[in-house]
Amino acid sequence: MDIGVVELSRLQFAMTALYHFLFVPLTLGLSILVAIMETVYVMTDRPIWRQMTKFWGTLFGINFAMGVATGVVMEFQFGMNWSYYSHYVGDVFGAPLAIEGLMAFFLEATFVGLWFFGWDRLTKVGHLVVAWLVAFGSNFSALWILIANGWMQNPVGAEFNPLTMRMEMTSFFEVMFNTVAQAKFVHTVSAGYVTASVFVLGVSAWFLLKGRHVGLARRSIAVASSFGLAAALSVVVLGDESGYDAGLNQKMKLAAIEAMWETEPAPAPFTLVGIPDQQARETKWALHVPYVMGLIGTRSLTEEIPGINQLEEEAERRVRSGLIAYDALMTIQQDREATDRAVMQSFEDHSEDLGYALLLRRYLDDPREATDAQIAQAAEDTIPHVWPIFWAFRIMVGLGFLFIATMGYFFVQSSFRGGRYPVWALRFAVLIIPAPWIAAELGWIVAEYGRQPWTVDGILPTALSVSALSVTELLLTIAGFATFYTVLFLIEIKLLLKYIRKGPTEDVQLTDDWNAAHRARLAPAE
Amino acid sequence: MILYELVSFEHLRLIWWLLLGVLLIGFALTDGFDMGTGALLPFVAKTDTERRVVINTVGPVWEGNQVWFILGGGAIFAAFPPLYAVSFSGFYLALFLILSAFIVRPVAFKYRSKREDPTWRARWDWALFFGGAVPALLFGVAVGNVLLGVPFHLTPDLHSVYEGGAFGKLFGLLRPFALLCGIVSLAMLVMHGAGWIVLKTEGAIAARARRFGSIASKVVLAGYALAGLWLAFFIDGYAFVAEPPHDGPSNPLASAVAHSGSWLAAYGDRPWIVIAPVMGFLGTVMAGRALRSGGELSPLGWSKMAVFGMISSVGLTIYPFLLPSSTNPDSSLTIWDASSSHQTLFVMLVATAIFMPLILIYTAWVYRVLWGKVTEDDVSNPDTHSY
Repeated sequence: MDIGVVELSRLQFAMTALYHFLFVPLTLGLSILVAIMETVYVMTDRPIWRQMTKFWGTLFGINFAMGVATGVVMEFQFGMNWSYYSHYVGDVFGAPLAIEGLMAFFLEATFVGLWFFGWDRLTKVGHLVVAWLVAFGSNFSALWILIANGWMQNPVGAEFNPLTMRMEMTSFFEVMFNTVAQAKFVHTVSAGYVTASVFVLGVSAWFLLKGRHVGLARRSIAVASSFGLAAALSVVVLGDESGYDAGLNQKMKLAAIEAMWETEPAPAPFTLVGIPDQQARETKWALHVPYVMGLIGTRSLTEEIPGINQLEEEAERRVRSGLIAYDALMTIQQDREATDRAVMQSFEDHSEDLGYALLLRRYLDDPREATDAQIAQAAEDTIPHVWPIFWAFRIMVGLGFLFIATMGYFFVQSSFRGGRYPVWALRFAVLIIPAPWIAAELGWIVAEYGRQPWTVDGILPTALSVSALSVTELLLTIAGFATFYTVLFLIEIKLLLKYIRKGPTEDVQLTDDWNAAHRARLAPAE
Repeated sequence: MILYELVSFEHLRLIWWLLLGVLLIGFALTDGFDMGTGALLPFVAKTDTERRVVINTVGPVWEGNQVWFILGGGAIFAAFPPLYAVSFSGFYLALFLILSAFIVRPVAFKYRSKREDPTWRARWDWALFFGGAVPALLFGVAVGNVLLGVPFHLTPDLHSVYEGGAFGKLFGLLRPFALLCGIVSLAMLVMHGAGWIVLKTEGAIAARARRFGSIASKVVLAGYALAGLWLAFFIDGYAFVAEPPHDGPSNPLASAVAHSGSWLAAYGDRPWIVIAPVMGFLGTVMAGRALRSGGELSPLGWSKMAVFGMISSVGLTIYPFLLPSSTNPDSSLTIWDASSSHQTLFVMLVATAIFMPLILIYTAWVYRVLWGKVTEDDVSNPDTHSY
């Protein structure tokens, strides 16, 4: 196994996924904000709301194109770069991806064109329905992608079939209603709503600072801050739910987030800050808050959360158990349906640890020949790199609370203080525009980097999941993606800034005319 | 009773093979005219306004059309995971080129007319040209390689290994027969795109589209006929040495496969499949005539039939093979040994039965709402034509 190919494949996937995820959160949130604005327009018939809808809709469109372009890559990359993964878990993982296409992506992509092109071809209500279909499509899309991802974190409803050498689905119901997937879905779409709210708030604040498009900006702030406040609260609450699920299913990830080396007496303290040292297995200058971790992770005062060292011992036991399953599997591969019953039984007894034996494939072709030192190494490999996860988590959570505070402040000012915004607050709103993107990307790092060394937790190691490619091929595509993505990113930012500076193009008179024409057209029917 | 046993494993595999065909044809019929239109853009539209007219004909629908491509990928993943794993990693760099086109194209549609600068617009026009022409060509090259067999083998653990170095793999795809298939595929989608442009535009643009579309239809006729002769006389097909059970576990190594006489032997075993190439030829001839004679709707109608016939002729000819291996025939993937499990195929079928009719209904509705020609006057109104 070529470790260069493994590392480069990971780099490419991380790069393209993180890049795709620059556009997804804004699409998720802005589609809904635009639909809300259009709803107000249809209900009140006031031209300013149509102007707002079209202005934010233009920015939505620029962002949406990039989301589509980079999303195509994600759908194909599993087969291109992770072909053993695709074979090994495609029976389970492929289904939610395909259903995403059927149920969600078709919906949003078919109607998004009509939304932009259909202003004078549809009735007002018809056009509004289209806006909501686009928003639902985007959000359903996130649901199925996170069902697929949730299964990688918590692989329920499937078992290994030795005759086909892969995981096969045993219960679609369990895959779909995976608690991890559901918590992640709400957490992720809420993060998207926060992103869009911070974006709308920041751009509107900039307009107010410049004294331009004041009517549009004030109304946009009112919408964004109320929607954003609800979303920011939901992100934190559902983030907590994700933490609880990790406590049940991904104990190693939870321990890494916490840099908790040893099992602490329950309820465990929460380490607010500190410098995790993986070599020495300790966290220097740690500042603890008593009880909090135990409450987040177990929602009890008495249950213990296992530390990294204890989990490593557990992993070593599972590697040894997995080797028994692996040995039986080799016999089954030879004899297929004619395999001896006792061998079959031995495989079934240990098959849930098979993935741990596969960790050894990184070091030797036949895991059965592994030395004690290699087995210990494989167990140690189950510990992810602690400090990036530890810090990514803390910055993400810190930003989450910052969004609650910001949205709360603007919500109060716009709802109860007559919409008076001090200059410092407006400047601050402009300044934090990039913050939700940072939080979202860090969230991806906690979830996916924290899942290492597995692609599917406990089932399939990352190092084994790759395609039989050469380093040359990977370097070429990485260079290609990097170039494309950098150029497109610069163009996208330039266009967004251009259209923000230009402000709403449609003047209110035009909308008045349009409304009059609409009423005239609808009049005979009344 | 277990619900998924309502439909037998064998039938599900057959149904999913058909659905795969439906998705690929759906992709070629919808996104196909987008690609053809992109490839024709520099030739049928000379001025900026003309180009905007052409771009705005596909403007509102290309996003939905492109989903056929994505869903095709997703369905292969879900229904035939080994096919997804072997072909996508084996055709790695070629697929990267296709993806590049699919990255650039959406952005080109969306961004081209957002600035007045002629250099800016000219660059995006070229992006649209390559974004249409390159995948149209490469899809055909891929089909040609499937017919020839692809150099890969599976290890006992079912790791897929594709022979050759980085560039050997990429340039190894460009065999003469595969290139011929690429040209047929490009010409077919150009003809299809011309039918679309004729339907959606008028005047000089439509006239040029008729001319180029008619040339393309002749290339398709000659190329498709030549490819058929080539297959008949110079290319070995593949066949099972022993047919695997149709409801057995999906392990491609469990069956034995060998080179056999010719793929076209299938027409002796199942004579009715001749209807597919007949539709391909007839559709192409009639589309060429319609393009020359002046019908508005008929060129697109006939080219749809041509696309349907030609793509299904490939699938029906190599049935039940999905991807034969030239270097280790036993590793070849067929619908009987490279599918998902019984339960997954059933779940996916239920999902498809629910959503596919809905998709067809709302897609048809959107096309109906957008029905009508795009004119030079239209594109001056940003409310109706945003590109």
